[in-house]
Amino acid sequence: MMNFWRTMLRNPGGVIGLMILILAVAVAVFGPLLFPTSPWRMVQRPFLPPFTAPGLPLGTDALGRDVLAGIVHGARVSLLVGLVSTMAALAVGIPVGAMAGYFGGRIGDALMRFTEFFQTVPSFALAIVLVAILQPSIVSIVLAIAIVSWPPVARLVRGEVLSLRTREYVQAAVVTGQSHSWIIWREILPNALSPVIVLASLMVATAILLESSLSFLGLGDPNLMSWGYMVGAGRTVIRQAWWITVFPGIAILISVLALNLIGEGLNDALNPRLNKEGR
Amino acid sequence: MSAATAVVSIKNLKLALPPGADRRYAVDDVSLDLTPGKILCVVGESGSGKSMCAHALMGLLPDTIGREAGEIVYDGHNLLALDETGWLALRGRHIAMVFQEPMTALNPLMRIGEQIAEMFEAHNLLTPKERTQKALQLLREVGLPDPERSMRAYPHQLSGGQRQRAMIAMALALEPAVLVADEPTTALDVTTQAQILKLIRDLQRSRNMAVMFITHDFGVVADIADRVIVLQHGKVVEQGAADDVLLRPQHSYTRALLAAVPSMQPPQRAPLAGRAKAVEVVGLDKSYVSGGGWFQPERRVRAANEVNFDILKGETLGLVGESGSGKSSVARLVMRLIEPDQGTVRLGDIDFTRIGGKELRKARSRIQMIFQDPFASLNPRRKVGNIIADGPIAHGTDAATAHKRAGELLGLVGLNASALERYPHEFSGGQRQRIGIARALALEPEIIVADEAVSALDVSVQAQVLNLLEDLKKRLGLSMLFITHDLRVAAQICDRIAVMQRGAIVELKPTAALFSAPEHAYTRELLAAVPGQTSSSRAA
Repeated sequence: MMNFWRTMLRNPGGVIGLMILILAVAVAVFGPLLFPTSPWRMVQRPFLPPFTAPGLPLGTDALGRDVLAGIVHGARVSLLVGLVSTMAALAVGIPVGAMAGYFGGRIGDALMRFTEFFQTVPSFALAIVLVAILQPSIVSIVLAIAIVSWPPVARLVRGEVLSLRTREYVQAAVVTGQSHSWIIWREILPNALSPVIVLASLMVATAILLESSLSFLGLGDPNLMSWGYMVGAGRTVIRQAWWITVFPGIAILISVLALNLIGEGLNDALNPRLNKEGR
Repeated sequence: MSAATAVVSIKNLKLALPPGADRRYAVDDVSLDLTPGKILCVVGESGSGKSMCAHALMGLLPDTIGREAGEIVYDGHNLLALDETGWLALRGRHIAMVFQEPMTALNPLMRIGEQIAEMFEAHNLLTPKERTQKALQLLREVGLPDPERSMRAYPHQLSGGQRQRAMIAMALALEPAVLVADEPTTALDVTTQAQILKLIRDLQRSRNMAVMFITHDFGVVADIADRVIVLQHGKVVEQGAADDVLLRPQHSYTRALLAAVPSMQPPQRAPLAGRAKAVEVVGLDKSYVSGGGWFQPERRVRAANEVNFDILKGETLGLVGESGSGKSSVARLVMRLIEPDQGTVRLGDIDFTRIGGKELRKARSRIQMIFQDPFASLNPRRKVGNIIADGPIAHGTDAATAHKRAGELLGLVGLNASALERYPHEFSGGQRQRIGIARALALEPEIIVADEAVSALDVSVQAQVLNLLEDLKKRLGLSMLFITHDLRVAAQICDRIAVMQRGAIVELKPTAALFSAPEHAYTRELLAAVPGQTSSSRAA
């Protein structure tokens, strides 16, 4: 474990990503204390450029709402959607992949065809349809993102399990009379987890982007301020008031970048074969 | 031997390992000379630094290895001071190498002929047409059957021995003065090994090459070496003419290594007649089917063909054969890790092939397995104590008792009980194999199946583990199915031996009878191919 942190910290990209993520989480957790009022409330005249009025460093949008307050409250939604939908996708993808890889044969084929069924539909289109059918709300958005993002997890886990299943220590567990579920949970999955963790960190980033895209199209939760909604709302006036779209855009960019950097760092730290120096 | 006649002299070579390694120097003050027309064998156990010497000679040292002191002199130049361009001109043309595993050393996507011709291309020699001709000639010289077809074959279409011949042809292409062979026969079967050793010997004589031959196998040394260097922890402990080192070893380490080589003489064994049968295998059949589909015919490989044998209580039955003979498949069939197409395995009063589900899981405690690779057979993420105690816990023992018993078992296999709280990666290969044995014993089985259980271990560790197995078997009254490709090991531990060829048992006899009067032609071939028989009988 110490070793893991040492290699993780040696990767400057990973450290920067981690710092940005910690900052983003801090903003999401404590931000609403600094901006206790609703981000939807009008505080000044509309289209106020940044750094012109005291207390409104990022200006106001087309309805006179504080852009900074929107970004702070939006961090909550973006991170929450990213994390929860990834967790949900893992909760579906890991068992499906593990069972398909472990049992193989008909069960494996059936599970993988089911997985491929979801993969053949363009994921963003499916997400839009799902949110539209279920009515836009934070729950339906999380659900839609989870449904479109579990198949890659299942495929990855299946591949790992397939290769681990023939290892001698797994066979040793079989001959000592362990049950299937014990072998999958205790012997195989702990050894298959490293690539899944890396994938999960990248999935959080994708989920944030997906949520932003849905909100941009007006399919976000109408009661919650989110970065995607702010970009979408400001897009019609981008020539007169660039700040309304640019600042939430930067927030999306930085948090997605941070998660990608972390993914990279995790990959280096968890794959001992790649992080060795020399050839 | 004076340095003047040597083509390559390694002088006081000192290579530093990266910080944090188990010792400071990979190679510590090693000096050796390679002379034309002579084979120098570098012998040592794993981690002795023998491969480092070879890689230093080829300029293939990893960046993390520090070149502390010494020099490698070839043709008046110090090779350690060469830059990459210098090496490019030297490698292949003056010093060539044959690797251990020909399947990974050859490019799987290139035809054999092209790979050999590439040697000339890399050094800008000859025209393309001449290159092809030369490659064909080389393949003929190394004795590949049907050279014209082999030229167009991909590596996977050749057998292991044929691939190694192709590797040797590549190494010889530019008529190097020095050939470095790093365990070139370790991955091969014993009969193939004998052929490759003869080939290297013949080629080296006809071309007057200097050969540096790296091996851990004293049998191979006895067959091929002119001079021998014994390495231990990166230091030279002994060197000299082959006969001097093998027959009159001076250093205690050399003596210990030689003593650890199992002899071909089977020891006297107590008769076991009249005992009850522990395992009965009747008519076991298993075929693997691959390919098939619309455009290609199915390929069927019979891994087990009408296999019949039984093991008496307290008996060790050896199952020997070359790779692909189906001996591991039989082990897995007996363990019921794979399902047979036909036939039965009876353990005492139960039919092990007919039961399933919970009943099968319960019956599994009667037969346990020791695996080949001590590095792959222990889950890297579980503590040793859990690895051993998991089995009994699954069979209903409560956790505290199981862990206490695990500690006792560790003592039984010669490890400290403090190992319980540690992870497998903290142990050496031999220690891990002991943990594997403790795990197999934890369920108090009647039968142990050992699948090449000592093949991955160094010879001295191998002797210890064999003694441990023999001792445990006697004390606990176990029956054992011992699978090995090494007839020397089989001679020492087995009461009876079954010889397998292409999925079928061709001969099954008491060990002494098998060694003194082999009947089947294949058994005789196997026995004759065991390396180092002449010297060991002399030494004995």
